[in-house]
Amino acid sequence: MTPGAPPIVRRRRSTVAWRSTAVALVSTTVVLGGLAWVVVNAPNWPEVQQDFLDGPIFWESLPDLIAAFWTNIRLFLIAEALVLPFGLLLAIMRGLPGPVFVPIRGLATAYVDIFRAVPGIVVIYVLGFGVPGLQIPGVPNEAFFWAVVALTLIYSAYVSEVYRAGIESVHPSQDAAARSLGLSRLQSMRHVILPQAIRRVTPPLLNDFIGLQKDTVLVSFIGVVEIFRTAQIDQAANFNFTPVIAVALVFIVVTIPLARFTDWLVARDKRRAAAGGAR
Amino acid sequence: MTIPALRIEGLHKSFGDLAVLRGIDMVVEEHEVVCLIGASGSGKSTLLRCINLLEPIDAGRIFIKDDEITADGVHLDRIRRRIGIVFQAFNLFPHMSVLDNVTLAPRKALRLPREQAEADATELLARFGLADKRNEVPDRLSGGQQQRVAIVRALAMKPDLLLLDEVTSALDPELVAEVLNVIRELAVGGMTMVIATHEMSFARDIADRVCFLDAGTIIEEGPPAQVLRDPTEARTRQFLQRIIEAGRL
Repeated sequence: MTPGAPPIVRRRRSTVAWRSTAVALVSTTVVLGGLAWVVVNAPNWPEVQQDFLDGPIFWESLPDLIAAFWTNIRLFLIAEALVLPFGLLLAIMRGLPGPVFVPIRGLATAYVDIFRAVPGIVVIYVLGFGVPGLQIPGVPNEAFFWAVVALTLIYSAYVSEVYRAGIESVHPSQDAAARSLGLSRLQSMRHVILPQAIRRVTPPLLNDFIGLQKDTVLVSFIGVVEIFRTAQIDQAANFNFTPVIAVALVFIVVTIPLARFTDWLVARDKRRAAAGGAR
Repeated sequence: MTIPALRIEGLHKSFGDLAVLRGIDMVVEEHEVVCLIGASGSGKSTLLRCINLLEPIDAGRIFIKDDEITADGVHLDRIRRRIGIVFQAFNLFPHMSVLDNVTLAPRKALRLPREQAEADATELLARFGLADKRNEVPDRLSGGQQQRVAIVRALAMKPDLLLLDEVTSALDPELVAEVLNVIRELAVGGMTMVIATHEMSFARDIADRVCFLDAGTIIEEGPPAQVLRDPTEARTRQFLQRIIEAGRL
């Protein structure tokens, strides 16, 4: 190898990198710019702009929306706190071995199948309108209560599948090692399998929580006055859709940091795995 | 006459249509070291896993001292505390420190207080040259160190019987000796052991008795000097011939 070779190679590589960055930038600008041009030059753009992007209405509605968003946050936090243990319980029920546990396995499987099959909004409707309609004494009627129940039931089904994937990703030799030392099935699950499984599925779990966070707006349909319901009220009062756009912005502001945090966790785990280090 | 540490009668085990063990009879006296030799697939590992009840058996009976561990209604977890097993691939818990790997079972299965479990574990680790590794995670250790930790983890339960399943097969050649030395030390200390191994010279040094497995039965057994040097069975001779050609004896 000649002494001059490495710099030439490096320069070539950086040229290639620069060129592909430039191509990406230009093509993105052209596509987005083109789309914007089409929208802005649409025959009815001025009216749509007024209906969806009205500055004064935006600023006027924002405080109400943020106040209402606390309801979404409460929904989300309570449901999440319930989903984590309930989803785990379902996953463990589905993983019980042997013929003795067939009924429990079947029950958990049916639950997960049904709640993943039925559209969330239908679950919310049935629980929010149907159950209070029965007027059973002692059963709460508040929409908020049934909203939490509906979101918990729906998301537990998804989250249990995430847990299950994590549990199954732990090699059976880990369980064999734990059991060979005299640990019970439950102790092996609790101290050996789950700690490894949960660490592996933290990113997909957070991903499901981003979904849950957004789906809190669905409970507006059973009369919970949360951010989207508030936006609809503002929209009706002003004959203007800007509050709905404001809802989108509020969710973006809250969700993107969570998404970045998830990415960071994934990257950290990859780094650790690559270093062969602590996991 | 003393009661043997381990007694196996007519053990059969199949995986689906594949009969892996076809009538194993075996007795291991207390403080005896028995090496199982034989080709891959001859049933050595399965036999060890059956003794530890990690595999349900199809037929036969297994006794530890006076207790039949294959009887209906035995407490599996309690039986397993008396029988340690060390695996080829170490199977350490990667999310725990060395110390926690060793103390988990004493703390959870024997309900020892943490301080006592940790004191015992620290002493054991020191005995096997691992004192400075107690706070490391397994991934930071060499294969030889990991396997020694796995042996310490099994010993921490003070088992009556230790099963070793090709414990040096996954190790780089230069790390084999440190693990074999640990086993040698245990043999000197009187630990009853059943060892599945491909290390013939090690078997010759350490074993009180060698059992040659072929297709799920023990076809020849005896003192290592006799079985390894002057086998009576043709299949044992063939097997040893291949081992010698591979330069392993």
